[in-house]
Amino acid sequence: MFYREAGDFKTSYRADSQTFPIRFDRYRYYVVLAIAFLVVPFIINDYWANAILLPFLIYAIAAIGLNILVGYCGQLSLGTGGFMAMGAYACYKFMTAFPDLSMFINVILAGVVTAIVGMLFGLPSLRIKGFYLAVATLAAQFFLVWLFNRVPWFYNYSASGQINAPQRTMFGVEITGPLAPAWATYLFCLVFLTLSALIARNLTRGSVGRKWMAIRDMDIAAEIIGVNPLRAKLSAFAVSSFFVGISGALFFALYLGAVEVGEAFNIQKSFLILFMVIIGGLGSVFGSFAGAAFMVLLPVALKVVGVDLLGWPTDTVAHFQLVIVGALIIIFLIAEPHGLAQLWRLAKEKLRLWPFPY
Amino acid sequence: MTKKLTTLALGVMLAAGPAMADLVFPSLSYRTGPYAAGGIQFADGYADYLTLLNERDGGIGGEKIRMPECETAYNTEKGVECYESTKGEGALVYQPLSTGIAYQLIPKMNVDKIPMLTSGLGRTSSKNGDVFPYVFNFPANYWDGASVIVKHILDQEGGDLNGKKIALVHHNSAYGKEPIRTLEALSEKHGFDLTTIPVDHPGQEQKSQWLQVRRERPDYVILYGWGVMTPVAVQEAANIRFPMDKMIGIWWSGSENDVLSAGAAADGYKAVAFHNVGSDFPIYDDLKEYVYDAGKAAGNGDQHGTTIYSRGLYAAMLVAEAARTAQEMHDTKAINAQQMRDGMEALEITEERMTELGMPKFGPEFKVTCRNHGGEGYAAVTQWDAKAKQWTLITDFIQSDQDIVQPLIEEDSAAYAAENNIPSHCD
Repeated sequence: MFYREAGDFKTSYRADSQTFPIRFDRYRYYVVLAIAFLVVPFIINDYWANAILLPFLIYAIAAIGLNILVGYCGQLSLGTGGFMAMGAYACYKFMTAFPDLSMFINVILAGVVTAIVGMLFGLPSLRIKGFYLAVATLAAQFFLVWLFNRVPWFYNYSASGQINAPQRTMFGVEITGPLAPAWATYLFCLVFLTLSALIARNLTRGSVGRKWMAIRDMDIAAEIIGVNPLRAKLSAFAVSSFFVGISGALFFALYLGAVEVGEAFNIQKSFLILFMVIIGGLGSVFGSFAGAAFMVLLPVALKVVGVDLLGWPTDTVAHFQLVIVGALIIIFLIAEPHGLAQLWRLAKEKLRLWPFPY
Repeated sequence: MTKKLTTLALGVMLAAGPAMADLVFPSLSYRTGPYAAGGIQFADGYADYLTLLNERDGGIGGEKIRMPECETAYNTEKGVECYESTKGEGALVYQPLSTGIAYQLIPKMNVDKIPMLTSGLGRTSSKNGDVFPYVFNFPANYWDGASVIVKHILDQEGGDLNGKKIALVHHNSAYGKEPIRTLEALSEKHGFDLTTIPVDHPGQEQKSQWLQVRRERPDYVILYGWGVMTPVAVQEAANIRFPMDKMIGIWWSGSENDVLSAGAAADGYKAVAFHNVGSDFPIYDDLKEYVYDAGKAAGNGDQHGTTIYSRGLYAAMLVAEAARTAQEMHDTKAINAQQMRDGMEALEITEERMTELGMPKFGPEFKVTCRNHGGEGYAAVTQWDAKAKQWTLITDFIQSDQDIVQPLIEEDSAAYAAENNIPSHCD
């Protein structure tokens, strides 16, 4: 009934190889986009924007970035928090050094700077892999956080060592600073997420993505069939860091507004995003969305149920939250190691056979 | 079944729909995470005082108090979520007890027109009410703390610090870095050498830092620690046999939790405080009668009388008095956040009033004005007695060196005003 190719004839290669070849799926995608762009901005309020949607959008970009590296190219990285910090501080420096530069360009530039730094830290991946690479990227995490704490130039010599996003406008509307309306910050992040997802999806479907996956599946075999490991791995690091840098810049400038590197971008952030990628599904753009939504929404949902509905003490709920999130992660990894994306795939398969499953 | 569901839905709506007439004092507390040891005490004290007002006096001026609590775990992201979820309930004042969250909220307060009180924490230059109309940090701030500590050291050394070495062991965050600028100015004035030794969050591992202390042999150590960092620092200091009476903590490093684990070795450790300590105050009789014995104590009810519990009581007392002032000023019982702000700006804490409240000599006297949101900067030094297991005040309330602190506040707040195009509030 749903998700059927029946009657959906393709007459060109182009039509056949589009992202959503099934008509129902494609329309669903357009509907989601339309709701996100045309409906949500009109009904959004401060709470929904700052507590749920902004973190979801921003973490989704970070998860897409990390998914490219870990899920598609198979290079385990624990440096995501550090790369997000790089994006945030690069964005801050561009914002303060060139006050007239458009915020859109600031964020892109922050992504470019992070991509370069990411490539530098990706160099060890040419020699080491697996857990050893994870340790090498862990060095990036600690080094970058240390650097931004240690060198006052990065935080413009402020007394507290914090960076604060100055007010910036776009088309006459504030998008950073306290005056920014919820819909503007939401739309700004949504544009970045949409572009990131489109780029990521098309990169991973093309020759670049195939090379990454070849490296992931067996690097020696990939090399023999003509994939240059140097270029494949470093391009994965660059693209991944680019997205992570963008998410860091948005995280700082639009979501939090004031950031302290040791608190906002510590090792837990790296793990959080790695969990998002693993729970969402390695090697899937949809998985990045699902993982980010899961990790952002679950704590809020548990809090609403525990504190607001049941009236439990806040500390009990906070402890339960740790237990439940932890248990769910373990259950997921045992029951569905391929993550939420695989559940979604299975659901689609089932829907195609419905109502006559076999 | 339908009926059940309807009742359930109705119950949910009743539970979720706040009674708007109450005075809402949200408590952004942290009872979990590496900073919970202090967070629990503060949250309990804050809640117990407000419960006492509700039970004994029927609220403030006859208006009941409601305190929605929200767990932040000292994390800025959760702090934002908590702020956004409570501000719509008619919140009158925020006290986040976290410098990171305070920094986050300072710009938002101006837009949402809700006041915030950051006693002894937050952005020090927010003392300048001309630039920060919605932020208050009476009765003392980080720079006052640093200056009072140096004054105490001067006292100990007979007024001369030339050539002495002082090390600042601090939490490597906005909180721990705040005093550096003041201490640098003070070191120039008094001629002591300053070494800063940062400890990264959360601070469970400080071997290398204390090795550095051991190598550099400072005459005094100033400690700006919070959460698990402080007891570790006290223990490490004891391990290298650093004389405890030459180690002085800021008020966030001076609670029972910080010294109990080091046992007898912590004897003589000092910390400054901007309020009195111990449970020897008449208010505890009322607390016992109306709150503890009635089974309405917050949390586990095992923190009564501890230093940071006292700070929670004190913080609640300050905002309750401000609310009372606001009620008188605007001649209405159900004040809103704007009126609350006016009340805070007109707040005057006198010795008579504190005695009336059952808290004689609990804190310094001060008066808030439009240009001075931070009080007069008085703090006292407390010392830990490991045998009796209690903190005692060993000095009077000392005023900080205003010649040093005030120009720094002017400079920093002027820079903030210029950066963010903030017009003068007082003129």
